[in-house]
Amino acid sequence: MTDLVVPGYRRDPGGTHPPLASPGYGSTVLRAPHQAPVPLPHTLTEITGPVLGEGRVLPTDSDLTRQHDGEPLGERIIVHGRVLDSDGRAVPDTLVELWQANSAGRYAHARDQHPAPLDPNFTGVGRCLTDSTGRYRFVTIKPGAYPWRNHENAWRATHLHFSLFGRAFVQRLVTQMYFPGDPLFFQDPIYNAVPEAARGRMISSFDLSETEPEWALAYRFDIVLRGREQTPVETS
Amino acid sequence: MSFGLTPSQTVGPFFSHALTWLDGPDVVPESEPGAFWLRGRVFDGAGEPVPDALVESWQASPEGRFDHPDDPRGAVSGFRGYGRSATDDEGRWGIRTVLPGRVPGVDGRLQAPHIDLSVFARGLLDRVVTRVYFAGQPANAEDPVLSALSSDRRETLVAAVAQDGYVFDIRLQGERETVFFSV
Repeated sequence: MTDLVVPGYRRDPGGTHPPLASPGYGSTVLRAPHQAPVPLPHTLTEITGPVLGEGRVLPTDSDLTRQHDGEPLGERIIVHGRVLDSDGRAVPDTLVELWQANSAGRYAHARDQHPAPLDPNFTGVGRCLTDSTGRYRFVTIKPGAYPWRNHENAWRATHLHFSLFGRAFVQRLVTQMYFPGDPLFFQDPIYNAVPEAARGRMISSFDLSETEPEWALAYRFDIVLRGREQTPVETS
Repeated sequence: MSFGLTPSQTVGPFFSHALTWLDGPDVVPESEPGAFWLRGRVFDGAGEPVPDALVESWQASPEGRFDHPDDPRGAVSGFRGYGRSATDDEGRWGIRTVLPGRVPGVDGRLQAPHIDLSVFARGLLDRVVTRVYFAGQPANAEDPVLSALSSDRRETLVAAVAQDGYVFDIRLQGERETVFFSV
């Protein structure tokens, strides 16, 4: 057999992700596995991953305000940033998916029964590819907060959902972007399930430099995926 | 310098209009020789179906190769290798695929044919990862990942033969809980 040099990825350090069993978030109670996860070596299946995007992303997919005949209601915003690995290297040409509620706090999803108006001009779904330096950029509207039934008078902190592929199965990430200074953070168990030291990484920063005067405010959200092992694993 | 990793968050209940594609379940086209359906259901700890989960798959081609620049044997172009399927009201998901070839493990030993799965859902703050192996594959007996598990746990990773392919149910919690991996 030919020699195979398989560079693995570093395991996520403790204190990064929320524990699956986070009982403050009621839906975890019957869904979080009871058994501890079994460590899986990083073989070729894990260090490769789907290379998606070409032919799957249209230029209009990154502007959520121009996907219908009319303009959606709400505060127009630009959301941009870079996708990096933990060594600060850009993750280029990778698919970024975004979805969110409309400005009234309602998703264009059949199961969302929150009695807030749907917006016929807003689906709330975007996608784009990062450029050669890992940059992405969306134009959208600021989502509204919405109530949910997790506990008495529960409201989700205002958020955008992000889905990232990176370049390997082990880099796959689904997360949420929050807005600075949200008064709802303290009572949101999904946000607070993340270890305290890492929570701030989910909060975008207001970015005056990327605002478009007389058009839209801007927020910056950099997303960091795990990096490579320093030493390739030699196999034969 | 090390940059802090972005934490995971749940996919929530309202993702299917965003993360499903018309061709999401098509790892291979219908016309592909050897194509079959890999189907299953996702259950919670009470044995109830999970109607708001997303199952994603990643696998090698029948030759055991990947369309990916990091495959040191050279990328094979044109094999997507990836599928995604949201569960329906009964917790059912499905992808149309082919049996993957054998892929070397970290020590160079060939692994049994397998498909990596990610499961996302409301109530899962991070994805859970599992592997599908296939009933009747002689290589299962010597697969290093399967062999390291107790026999009752190993069974949760082996898809059963069905009329149009294979069946692989995912039990998130409790009795016959599926083996999940940390990657």
